[in-house]
Amino acid sequence: MDIKGERYRKLTRRALILGGAQLLGVGALVGRMVHLQILKADEYKMLAEENRIDLRLISPLRGRILDRHGHEMANNQLNYRVSVIPEQTNDFKDTLARLSDVIAMPPEKVEAVIRQAARSRRFLPLTVSDNLSWEEFARVNSIVPELPGVQPDAGRSRFYPYPAEFALLVGYVGQVTDEDLKKLPNDPLYMLPDFRIGKRGLEAYHEKRLRGVAGLRRVEVNALGREVRELSREDGVAGKDLVTTIDADIQRFAMQRMGEESAAAVVMNIHSGEVLAMASAPGYDPNDFNFGIKTSTWKALLKDPRKPLLNKAVQGQFPPGSTFKPVVVMAALEAGAIDANTKVFCPGHMNFGGRKFHCWKKGGHGTVDMISAVEQSCDVFFYEIARRIGVDTIADMANRFGLGHRHGIEIDHEAAGLVPTRAWKATRRRDRKWHDGETLSVSIGQGYMLSTPLQLAVMTSRIANGGYAVTPTLVKDKAKSGPAAVNFPSVGVASEIVKAGQHGMIAVVEGGRGTARIARIREWPRGLAGKTGTSQVRVITAAQRAGGVPKNESRPWEERDHALFIAYGPIENPAYAIALIVEHGGGGSAVAAPIARDIMREVLLKDPCGLTGGQPVLAELKKDA
Amino acid sequence: MPDSKSIAGAMRAMAGKAMDLHGSMLIVLLLIASIGFAMLYSAASGDFAKLAGRQMGVFAIGFTCMLVMALVHIKWWWRLAYPIYSVGLLMLLAVEIIGDIGGGAQRWLDLGIIRLQPSEIMKIGLVMALARYYHGLTLDEVKNLKSLIKPALLIGMPAVLVLRQPDLGTMVLIAAGGVTILFVAGVPRKVFLVGAVLAVVGAVGGFYQLHEYQRNRVFTFLDPDSDPLGTGYHIQQSKIALGSGGVSGKGFMQGTQSHLNFLPEKHTDFVFTTLAEEFGFIGGVTLLILYTVLIGYGFLIALSARNHFARLMAIGVTTTFFLYVFINIAMVMGLVPVVGVPLPLVSYGGSAMMTLLVGMGLLMNVYVHRNTVLSRQGMVRSG
Repeated sequence: MDIKGERYRKLTRRALILGGAQLLGVGALVGRMVHLQILKADEYKMLAEENRIDLRLISPLRGRILDRHGHEMANNQLNYRVSVIPEQTNDFKDTLARLSDVIAMPPEKVEAVIRQAARSRRFLPLTVSDNLSWEEFARVNSIVPELPGVQPDAGRSRFYPYPAEFALLVGYVGQVTDEDLKKLPNDPLYMLPDFRIGKRGLEAYHEKRLRGVAGLRRVEVNALGREVRELSREDGVAGKDLVTTIDADIQRFAMQRMGEESAAAVVMNIHSGEVLAMASAPGYDPNDFNFGIKTSTWKALLKDPRKPLLNKAVQGQFPPGSTFKPVVVMAALEAGAIDANTKVFCPGHMNFGGRKFHCWKKGGHGTVDMISAVEQSCDVFFYEIARRIGVDTIADMANRFGLGHRHGIEIDHEAAGLVPTRAWKATRRRDRKWHDGETLSVSIGQGYMLSTPLQLAVMTSRIANGGYAVTPTLVKDKAKSGPAAVNFPSVGVASEIVKAGQHGMIAVVEGGRGTARIARIREWPRGLAGKTGTSQVRVITAAQRAGGVPKNESRPWEERDHALFIAYGPIENPAYAIALIVEHGGGGSAVAAPIARDIMREVLLKDPCGLTGGQPVLAELKKDA
Repeated sequence: MPDSKSIAGAMRAMAGKAMDLHGSMLIVLLLIASIGFAMLYSAASGDFAKLAGRQMGVFAIGFTCMLVMALVHIKWWWRLAYPIYSVGLLMLLAVEIIGDIGGGAQRWLDLGIIRLQPSEIMKIGLVMALARYYHGLTLDEVKNLKSLIKPALLIGMPAVLVLRQPDLGTMVLIAAGGVTILFVAGVPRKVFLVGAVLAVVGAVGGFYQLHEYQRNRVFTFLDPDSDPLGTGYHIQQSKIALGSGGVSGKGFMQGTQSHLNFLPEKHTDFVFTTLAEEFGFIGGVTLLILYTVLIGYGFLIALSARNHFARLMAIGVTTTFFLYVFINIAMVMGLVPVVGVPLPLVSYGGSAMMTLLVGMGLLMNVYVHRNTVLSRQGMVRSG
């Protein structure tokens, strides 16, 4: 109808413009083809035919992880291995079969390699077997001439000389997974099939520093892809060593001393925050992960109720129990709710809000003051003072002493713990109202309270150093020397109040009725101040109490109490602090205190930070040892 | 709804129209597809069944669909324009929702028996919907800026959804196809000027919204040597393969670069490289000429049609086809960034092949019904 209309004429004009533009586009394509295929053809032919240039990555040497004295906790060992370049083989699967005749390769491993080959580029070498013995390596070399694409070579791979002792601290390395790729920035190294990245612990946290930068080789390859010569080489940059604050001897001693228990210990310099030991037991062998862990080993690790894969020192969150009491004393003192003369009578329980709150000692402690209450760990005293000051006052003091938040320690998965407040409960719990009875539980480190051994070590350090907000570190070059007062701000608690906390802890070890008299270092009376803790895993019902609380030993392991102990020493001029927990270990004084004492004895003897060198009593101790 | 009698009548009418098909266009199309089969045969190193055989199967089905589509009366396409568009849009939405549930990029809709890629439907659906819309407007109405609202929505909704999948290449194809129709429909030039400025601003802003891998592709395009083993790898290897082909190529199945697997995706998006390596400049230009002839036919068909809907649809389909060719070849030669766009009728893959054949079906339909006159309301006057 409008075949000759304006609408059609407009369309025709514009169609011509459009068609013209498309012709120009085609012209541009032809032009580009002239450029590539005629003008520069010779250049590209050179590149393509017998002189094809291939780029090959060189993986950098991973930085070592060292303790404060330079002992290696992770290094790189020479590793004989066999790689296959799938593209160059006549038949990839057949080549693998031939290889498995001369070296031990279980069928599952062969399948894993085939799967990996499907994912990676066919011209890149694929590590088929690692960690060969010299004999196996020689056998492979003898069949290489018949098998194109097979490359025996010596690489370097991660090795952990003291596997179990440092497993949870150092972590391990493993192959790059798809999940890693999503999280990490792009790096050409990921394309190397034998490249490993840090998966856990220090290896993961310090990945960037340890990794280094890939080198690049330009090589000439012949038509079969075999390397003819190297044209240029840019060496990569090796990863930097990580020097930690750890003292390997102390760490190993702590691990040995904890033995088969499920336990964790953190030893700190109370002035600098240097962590000398961060032990979590049981450990495992991180070397197992290097070449892909066996499913059975992995399953066993996952199934173990003692959770060997969890770094309990920073990830484990436990009720601190009575180890929290010195902080509550300080909170009450600062609030003016008690003074040095305040006395409370403990009949063995306290009635509050229609409930009966029990002291751990059935018969009661009689009349106690703030020092003897800490010394004997009298629960009723704490119920009473907590009732007076309320949960938020306690929480404020706990926060200042390092509980309830992360300290930014340079290792992965640091847990925050939990210090409950009214505001917290109002937002996080279905039952929003804070019940005063809950304050009483908090005062003895139970209820909602959760803290990590690392936090308890920080808390102990801050009490020991007179109230300076020392923060923990694992990196040697970040650690500051000198007294805490120079390096860290004050937590803002008057020194007499902090001293009260210290006196309580001294009485626990040194006092006539101290719950941790066992923790005295025999040859050295004023070596340690401490606090025991026994935290309940489950609520004791009234019926059970009436029938007598079952002894720890008669309960299943998972229901036994956690045993805790915190300590610092020496009492005069404190230097080091420790926090130790034995999961489901039983009582703090019976189980945790002796272990912590022995570790601290080692620390004070060795004095790795040189803090107590001038102490005469210590010098004597050294003579004996 | 037509009863059985009228269906039988329609079938007879279709059969009668078979003689009106554009014979030489069909031949060109078959030639291009045959080149494709040959290249896939080569890419599979002489294994016929692996790529070429399967591709022939898909082509046979698609070719039949194309012929049927060409013979159906054009009034049906006019009537179905909006419904097809709506179905496409709904499916894109469904993908978006399922994709959100599944987490991550999702371009497919799994209907149990078949897996559909809604963005493919949308490439055709948008062209049809816009053609129908402008068919119903006079030139004066077209020049009224208010009449731009609906087309803007028609283009914008699928473009945003496809971009979110994320599929930049398809988004460009859909949007460019739509804008082409606006252009030939007579929308004032200043609109395109303003649009171009907005697009540049939007692209710069949008660049920072892209996924990291997409951004890297753009960077790599600007400096391919910066990442020789990463995203720049394709382009470098592709250029070596192309350039080393020279004027006459290395001969069928003799392409060293593609056969030694230096070239990834040699059978899909980078299939042109195999052709250019094995048949050289002559082979590459031959294919380009065939494409150009096909595109030329498209424009001639558009200009010969007696109704506006058919013209717009023909130009839209033709331009989409051109964009496929241009983007793909420019991409493998390093002229534009690498976006996943296949080479029409040659690249291995069923989904894109079907879309392109369906498009060709519509184009042939326009030719068969070139003398049909449709009123603005879609009533058939003659032909």
